[in-house]
Amino acid sequence: MKIHEYQAADIFKKYGIPTNPGKVAATSAEAESAARDFARTVVVKAQVHVGGRGKAGGVKLAKTAAEAKEVAEKILGMNIKGITVKKVLVAGGIEIKKEAYVGITLDRARQKPVIMVSAAGGVEIEEVAAKTPEKIVKAWVDPLLGLCDYQVRDLAGALFSDPAQKKETAAILKALWRVYTECDCSLAEINPLVVDGAGKVLALDSKIIFDDNALFRHPDLEALRDANEEEPSETAAREANLSYVPLDGEIGCLVNGAGLAMATLDVVKLYGGNPANFLDVGGSSDPKKVVNALKIITGSGKVKAILFNIFGGITRCDDIAQGILTALSQMKLDLPIVVRLTGTNEEKAREMLKGTKLIPAATMVEAVERVVEEAKKKS
Amino acid sequence: MAILIDEKTMLVVQGITGRDGSFHAKQMIAYGTKVVAGVTPGKGGTSFEEKVPIFDSVRQAVEKTGANTSVLYVPAPFAADSVLEAAAAGISFVVCITEGVPVGDMVRVANHLRTLERPVRLLGPNCPGLLSPGKSKVGIMPGHIAQEGRIGVVSRSGTLTYEVVYALTQAGLGQSTCVGIGGDPVIGTRFIDCLEMFEKDPGTDAIAMVGEIGGTDEEEAARYVKEKMKKPVVGFIAGQSAPPGKRMGHAGAIVSGGTGTAAEKIAALEKAGIRVAKIPAEIPELVKAALAKR
Repeated sequence: MKIHEYQAADIFKKYGIPTNPGKVAATSAEAESAARDFARTVVVKAQVHVGGRGKAGGVKLAKTAAEAKEVAEKILGMNIKGITVKKVLVAGGIEIKKEAYVGITLDRARQKPVIMVSAAGGVEIEEVAAKTPEKIVKAWVDPLLGLCDYQVRDLAGALFSDPAQKKETAAILKALWRVYTECDCSLAEINPLVVDGAGKVLALDSKIIFDDNALFRHPDLEALRDANEEEPSETAAREANLSYVPLDGEIGCLVNGAGLAMATLDVVKLYGGNPANFLDVGGSSDPKKVVNALKIITGSGKVKAILFNIFGGITRCDDIAQGILTALSQMKLDLPIVVRLTGTNEEKAREMLKGTKLIPAATMVEAVERVVEEAKKKS
Repeated sequence: MAILIDEKTMLVVQGITGRDGSFHAKQMIAYGTKVVAGVTPGKGGTSFEEKVPIFDSVRQAVEKTGANTSVLYVPAPFAADSVLEAAAAGISFVVCITEGVPVGDMVRVANHLRTLERPVRLLGPNCPGLLSPGKSKVGIMPGHIAQEGRIGVVSRSGTLTYEVVYALTQAGLGQSTCVGIGGDPVIGTRFIDCLEMFEKDPGTDAIAMVGEIGGTDEEEAARYVKEKMKKPVVGFIAGQSAPPGKRMGHAGAIVSGGTGTAAEKIAALEKAGIRVAKIPAEIPELVKAALAKR
């Protein structure tokens, strides 16, 4: 789960990381008033869950409160990578002497957390990694030992030579490690970490992504979720406990299992169709789940045909067929629906679908060919 | 022959009295798996289906029954602890079916297991388990789709594994062992581990490897195949149409920072001489072609 910069900054502050204080504003008047309180140049930053805000014009300096109002008016409502900006962060401008990067994430290959620091701050770390990997210094943390002091000294020393700045950076790294582990983060990142005009080290931007699997033990962090950052269909899917990703095609896909769902989208594309979504409906034959899933994927109005791809496995296919039929009897849906059911009692299930509007298919390829054809007829 | 499980597998089911645990324990017994014990703390002294003794701890189960393998159907908040309990009790192979285990928990468990003097292998979490057709089934895979034979299957997925296994069976290609390694970012047994075991297994002639987006395990497996393996491997990678930054159901199936894409993985596999199927249904043909070329 992603959170906003200002929320991440609050957490960093709680753990003792110096941040640049700011105020959140949802209107241009609030931004103006916040800027007036700072009584100096401010930076107005869009609060959205995507990177590259600066490049998109979502981060602007304002010399006066009036200018802050003007800038906030432009940024609020702006669309950045598909997300509408609803809030801005207004923070006092500071003099930047140096910019660095520090971040902690999981190294999947080594199965250990890795702390990365780079003296090339302010740009996306992926860009640094691609162009100048030698500028990134890494330390892998043994999760059974925790972050060691020698590692902290090495990392801080790779960024700064001034003894006071090294000491401050060391304290920040230790605090960031505590945030990463105690809050079950998949990413805790400060980019840039800056040295200000007075020579002090502080976090100028704050970014945290939480491990969704661990949110059950952090109700306080779950409360930071901003449903505005999701499409309504994503919120509905999350609440219905369905794993779902909206895409921009016209073929709605309901599949059991994430791997099979991904493969189904690939096959749809290979056969000339465009999937409207990824959706793992799970192994159950519960009609309620199917109703929810159908409502979510057809909600946008873009879907022209629907594909059920179910590998029954241990769940009986006749049960699943019954679940689909019951679900469809509970809602109005005037779209061609192709159903592929494989597994125990599949013949019986196909028999049940005969005489209904549903189009049965025996294999994944047959089902995909048919649904692509049906979608084309509709367009 | 087979890898990881066979007729000698003596299984303890952790969480045997739960909804999933009891359902799948029955399925495993029906398949012929030697389920020798169940564990549910607080229910020791009772029995499952009047056949399988239930114990309060894995240690007791191992002492009384000689169980050597365990499978877990315990809820995510307790899964990591249950793996550690099994490892400490002398189990040498632990299969964690549970989905939704915090990644931080698995990081600690995976690193801890590597420090043990007596090796303990973990499969999963968030996996369907494994199946050595005709011998033993541990987990949740449907037994009837598989058939005894000489093809090894290793996959990060559940139902997609079934799809591939079923396609192989229908094409007359039986399997030595089908292993679902799990869809999480941190898992115990990885592609390379399975490939190494299949390479050594005299009962396996060729391997079907089913990967997906996220991480770099497929790329590392590709290098391994090229450098170390003689048996043919064919592949499939799911998630070619996945948008970056979105989690495709599995916690580990995410393209982040531009890495872990299906295109990169397919390229790495092909570079290592592995034929990659465009659709799952193509896998049996590719396996047959690879076997004919030997």
